[in-house]
Amino acid sequence: MIEEKFDAIVVGAGMAGNAAAYTMASRGLKVLQLERGEYPGSKNVQGAIMYASMLEKIIPNFREDAPLERHIIEQRFWIMDDRGHTAMQYRSDDFNEEKPNRYTIVRAQFDKWFSRKCREVGVTVLTETTVTDLLMDSTGKCVGVKTDRAGGVLRADVVVLAEGVNGLLGTRAGLREMPKAENVALAVKEMHFLPAETIESRFNLSGDEGCVIEMVGTFSKGMTGLGFVYTNRESISVGLGCLVSDFAESRESPYAMLEAFKNHPSIAPLLAGSEVKEYAAHLIPEGGFKAIPQLYGDGWVVVGDAAHFNNAIHREGSNLAMTSGRLAGEAIHRLKAGRDAPTKENLKLYKELLDESFLMKDLKKYKDMPGLFHTNSKNFFLSYPELISKAAQNYLRVDGTPKLEMEKKTMKNFIEKRSRLGLISDAVKLAFAWR
Amino acid sequence: MHIVVCIKQVPDSAQIRVHPVTNTIMRQGVPTIINPYDLFALEEALRLRDKHGGEVTVLTMGPPMAEDSLRKALTFGADRAVLLTDRFFAGSDTLATSYALAQAIAKIGETFGAPDIVFTGKQTIDGDTAQVGPGIAKRRNFLQLTYVSKISDVDLAGGKIRVERRAEGGVQVLETKLPVLITMLEGVNEMRRGSMSDALRAARAELVVWSAQDAGIEDILKCGLRGSPTVVKRVFAPSPRAEKAKQVEIQPAAIDTADALIETIFGQLPALEGELVELHQTL
Repeated sequence: MIEEKFDAIVVGAGMAGNAAAYTMASRGLKVLQLERGEYPGSKNVQGAIMYASMLEKIIPNFREDAPLERHIIEQRFWIMDDRGHTAMQYRSDDFNEEKPNRYTIVRAQFDKWFSRKCREVGVTVLTETTVTDLLMDSTGKCVGVKTDRAGGVLRADVVVLAEGVNGLLGTRAGLREMPKAENVALAVKEMHFLPAETIESRFNLSGDEGCVIEMVGTFSKGMTGLGFVYTNRESISVGLGCLVSDFAESRESPYAMLEAFKNHPSIAPLLAGSEVKEYAAHLIPEGGFKAIPQLYGDGWVVVGDAAHFNNAIHREGSNLAMTSGRLAGEAIHRLKAGRDAPTKENLKLYKELLDESFLMKDLKKYKDMPGLFHTNSKNFFLSYPELISKAAQNYLRVDGTPKLEMEKKTMKNFIEKRSRLGLISDAVKLAFAWR
Repeated sequence: MHIVVCIKQVPDSAQIRVHPVTNTIMRQGVPTIINPYDLFALEEALRLRDKHGGEVTVLTMGPPMAEDSLRKALTFGADRAVLLTDRFFAGSDTLATSYALAQAIAKIGETFGAPDIVFTGKQTIDGDTAQVGPGIAKRRNFLQLTYVSKISDVDLAGGKIRVERRAEGGVQVLETKLPVLITMLEGVNEMRRGSMSDALRAARAELVVWSAQDAGIEDILKCGLRGSPTVVKRVFAPSPRAEKAKQVEIQPAAIDTADALIETIFGQLPALEGELVELHQTL
């Protein structure tokens, strides 16, 4: 056993773990961070879009040396059927500001940078070290961790669980339940290498400008799912994700779905001539507010994906991870500074900080959304996309049919598929869940 | 005893791709690793230290990011890490590299005690030359033992070492006097997993970072591109052969397998038989 005792041990070197470790160490706490991967970022998967203002609160001048790919000036949303897509898009030169709001990043590189920043402020980072169990005393208080290295029992006042979506340690220690299949999505993703000039001409970009496309539609085979195409500097990230419970029911293979998605007539031209560099799969917490586990206890707090912090509607995961990591770090530092023990009662401060922040407010706002999409997935992800495509084509195809007849045909399509009452009910439910 | 292990940080060849159009290696985002052959040398050094006492110093020449490889070596249990880094070293071939490393080893000897053994891996996976180890031995005037598969005995008091060396047609048992340079064969041991105290020490260790001047290198002209006579004229991907090897089935019961084989070959290549007969006649 190691005699040395730490103020805090952070389990995991993803966005949440790094944010917590950086926040605490930069305020003078003695922090040890443990990561099972070969290097920080080697196990981490994200689309990935990074929101600047949440990182600015941790590292204000991050733009000076962080590995950022492109700042996003254009967002497209596609509703797809098997042959085409109906698009909504927004592009503005306002996004070409001095300090842009959103960037695409490559996590393997970004996380290495973030970890280096942590080490610069004094965090001791150990990689290739897996935490096997939490160390509990006889009163059930968490007093450290056990690892897979010889002599690897380590002690600390607080353990920050930034262990990722599966929450294995928390579950093993009986602090929480395993995430349920209907509350997590399985996302698969590929990185396609293309020269920067090719990406810029295909997406109408110049310099460091970036474009992102997110899509729903028939490619998810009626499952609750989302697809995406993100532009990096010299690569394109393409992927899709659907709820694990839906996969279990439909028996669809994620890899086959991604293949079909890439060969879709709307997507194939964007990827033409590219070389696949990387293939990754990851679970994403999608259960929202109602799936959040207990967030703190005697000697421990949970942050990031492990805490199920992800706004599925706005596809914000890493910024909630960073924010929760930062707030946990601030709470722990405040207790330390006030010489208050990190008991369950005192660590409630972390939850209070979360409640005051946008994080909990947003998750609360959309608390009914995951349930709605899940129970109505066939309508939202299969029927409506098909109907919308049909409507668009009816509108655009000129073949001598009187316009009034065409409109009637479109409306008839909707009603046949979903009934007047069904349509109204879906609209009302959606409006209520959004409110 | 004092053992110096030379390691090299190399791109992880399992993850390298050749650009389909330009045929150049795409290094973008390729993770780096310790040259896998060097790990057998490092593990052997750690075992000798554990048995005989003393220290293991790891040495590498490379860009500042080679620090990652040195820290990893410390995590495995090495006692000290020396990073030789300087812009003068850029573009070094094996001649220039062995010069710089030999100078650094001399400096390590002055600073931390003369080494009894210097280890390198058999070769690197990016250069594949197997020249740097012998180059160091020659420059330091150490005896060299290449392709060593086993270290049988070290007699520190008597200043002797006995090893097994894999050679064509068998194993040589060699005994010689210390100090020596050993290039270690692959597959002869398995790298240990460092303990928690090694991992903590490695994460916090101050590396010894030397410039050319710090390492006592006076002749800069022997370093880097200027000290490297090797010139890469062209890099290309070999084109696959049009002809494929054929598998010929011979009845195992056939009395004369060679005859049967020749008959089959001549059956496939009738012209060859004529050529060979002609050749035989002219001889």
